[in-house]
Amino acid sequence: MNADIASMIGKRLGLSALTLLIVSFAVFVATNLLPGDTATILLGQAATPEAVAGLRQAMHLDDPAVFRFLRWLAGAVTGDFGTSYANNMPIATLIAGRFVNTMELAGLTAVIAVPLALTLGITAAVLRGTLYDRIVAVLTIGVISVPEFVVASTAVLLFAVYLKWLPAISFVNEVHSLTDLLRMYAMPVVTLTFVVSAQIIRMTRAAVIETLSMPYVEMALLKGASRSRIVLRHALPNSLGPIVNALALSLSYLIGGVIIIETIFNYPGIAKLMVDAVATRDLPLIQTCALIFCLGYLILITIADIIAILSNPRLR
Amino acid sequence: MIDKITNWTKSDDARVEDAIRRGASRRELLKMMLAGGVALSAGGAVFGRAERALAATPVSGGHLKAAGISASNADTLDPAKASLGTDYVRCCSLYNRLTFIDVTGVPQMELAEKLDTKDAKTWTVTLRKGVTFHDGKALTSADVVYSLKRHLDPAVGSKVAKIAAQMTEIKAVDANMVEIGLKAANADLPFILALHHFMIVQDGTTDFSKGMGTGAFVLETFEPGVRSIVKKNTNYWKPGFPHLDSFEFFAITDPNARVNALLAGDVHFASAVNPRSAKMIEAQPGFELVKSTVGAYTNLNIRLDMNKPDFIMGMKHIVDREQIIMAALRGFGEVGNDQPISKANVYHNADLKPKAFDPDKAKHHFQKAGVLGQSIPVIASDAADFSVDMAMIIQASAAEIGMKLDIQRVPSDGYWDKYWLKAPIHFGNINPRSTPDIYFSLLYASDAPWNESQYKSPKFDAMMLEARGSLDDAKRHAIYNELQTMISDEAGTIIPAYTTNADGISSKVKGLQVNPLGGMMGYAMAEYLWLEA
Repeated sequence: MNADIASMIGKRLGLSALTLLIVSFAVFVATNLLPGDTATILLGQAATPEAVAGLRQAMHLDDPAVFRFLRWLAGAVTGDFGTSYANNMPIATLIAGRFVNTMELAGLTAVIAVPLALTLGITAAVLRGTLYDRIVAVLTIGVISVPEFVVASTAVLLFAVYLKWLPAISFVNEVHSLTDLLRMYAMPVVTLTFVVSAQIIRMTRAAVIETLSMPYVEMALLKGASRSRIVLRHALPNSLGPIVNALALSLSYLIGGVIIIETIFNYPGIAKLMVDAVATRDLPLIQTCALIFCLGYLILITIADIIAILSNPRLR
Repeated sequence: MIDKITNWTKSDDARVEDAIRRGASRRELLKMMLAGGVALSAGGAVFGRAERALAATPVSGGHLKAAGISASNADTLDPAKASLGTDYVRCCSLYNRLTFIDVTGVPQMELAEKLDTKDAKTWTVTLRKGVTFHDGKALTSADVVYSLKRHLDPAVGSKVAKIAAQMTEIKAVDANMVEIGLKAANADLPFILALHHFMIVQDGTTDFSKGMGTGAFVLETFEPGVRSIVKKNTNYWKPGFPHLDSFEFFAITDPNARVNALLAGDVHFASAVNPRSAKMIEAQPGFELVKSTVGAYTNLNIRLDMNKPDFIMGMKHIVDREQIIMAALRGFGEVGNDQPISKANVYHNADLKPKAFDPDKAKHHFQKAGVLGQSIPVIASDAADFSVDMAMIIQASAAEIGMKLDIQRVPSDGYWDKYWLKAPIHFGNINPRSTPDIYFSLLYASDAPWNESQYKSPKFDAMMLEARGSLDDAKRHAIYNELQTMISDEAGTIIPAYTTNADGISSKVKGLQVNPLGGMMGYAMAEYLWLEA
């Protein structure tokens, strides 16, 4: 039985590697389709043909595109992601600090959002049809419908500009105490919690309701099991599959998709780095960022699948 | 409290002042104030409000946090590659130039002690003595020669390679003197050497991440796209400067977030405030707006080689300049007269009047060109500031006389590469330059790299070269006046307004003056500012 699981995981990892390869190639092709290259973008309005030619040569942009891709790939496999076209710094140095920032923000958000969303989702399912369920549903739909930039901007105006309780922007480098940490992360984390929780709440509620309508739940009820035992012991493990998948999808958004939050709070994370990289056509940087996003997504989805399989004796 | 007026700001003060100067009656003034939402009883307070004086004794110390407008992974401390205000600010705090432009627009000596020439062709630069780099090494002519020669190497990717190309000979005469030989006479060399790209770096430098210069501050941290912190250079050669202990510079790219950060007290300085947020800052006690109109502009370019002359003439008269300033720029601009030299420049031709908004005349020209009833595409983009709003105002005026303009809004990304200079009718965006010659050779000479309307005139070229080589200032004035008239009448570039830059500051920040090179004191503010205790 364990051998099956091991081979299943092995297969998934192999597929993941293939996916990464395909994604990085697709990103490479798409970047090459964009108008202009790093030389013309860096020179901007000052791009005379001679200047562009000189810079292209110095940056090896004249080499055939496939060579550049293969060179990057060969480096990436050995852990060397190359140097940025735009400022000649090693990609690893550029990304390291900002990757940590992104993971901090994502981690803090997950720590708050996941238990909150699961609790709300499960309780709403159990208390289906009550006033509580309705309130949760309305709030969830409301939060999904209001774009995050509205939430974030309103929060900044209220708490930073008028009340002056919290800083308007995130000074990541100036966190010296727990208070600093709380003050800085308060608004970004709360905003992101709004965004990611809503989806998880709805999925959890739907999944639990579905299992609660199963015959074996009725059986448990007839046998006189307590309500909490029915939900936590019988229903929840069986609805775990869809819930962890919803979790994985929501959390993967936190790794690369929080560009709006990063912009509004001037938070130096990796999403903004990638947007900058696209603007300067900085291929190695774009590739590496894309790789990280893709990898994060794959890891989360794989973990979700494994949990789903382990929680289901029929699939085990 | 009658002097507590909400909704009345300094711009309104300025409007009232302006009206008084133009001889408005008391009745008219009261009408203006009522329109501004001020009760009659409060009127006295408006007249009585005094501007706080900028002049005060500088205080030493403090950490100043300033927010610029753009951050990118391409941020650099290499002066040759510097491309945005963000880079200029950092370079100005770390390095010095041979010359710099003072607040009146006149070049002053910085690292050079003097610049001598007899024919404006061969120049000798005598360096200031006793200047040292941050690592203690003394400044010598070798550093200057290296710094200037770099721009000629295409692999460096210098932004000013074209301008530097005229320096055909750069050599050290002795340890303290450099000779610069130009391809042709150019009396503007002191202005050119004041460009931000001609900062002096140490001989042989290839890694610019250390910011090793002679400037007022020493680099502490620099993360491209994130921030930089510089510390006071205690051995700075300018006595008494800088005032600040340290200076932190980063960008908040979102305009609203930038204003919010200022108002929340997170930064002392927010550059390039959007006119839309101006009232928010002006209305709050403890904050000020510092405005400067130094010659930046957004222009409508109609290529002469692709459009009929009468169409262009018609367009010049259908542009409602006042409305563009009021509506698109929200009052943050000055009327332009279709030529690039603004009032901030000493060579501005004040006799040249802007073309009047005259729909009848425009219609006459459009009829003559036979374009009425056709739909003419005009390319606008957020890449060129305010161009989308401007385009819509022009479109509305044109529609009233039956001229159909099809405004095509294209993405910012790749705009300069794909549309600018190339589309038959498009918008451009030009940053302030220090001399008429730079504007003309860059934008209007027959071989100009950015000849936005494909203007070609041998007479213009000859006169431009004559003025460039002349050391006689009166003659230069006369020639530049005529060249401005020629551009205004003959070229296809419509410059409806010069835009005003507004920097938002906390009232604690002192010493900020307006410099003709641009906002933030021509980007060199770090060494002049101080923080009130």
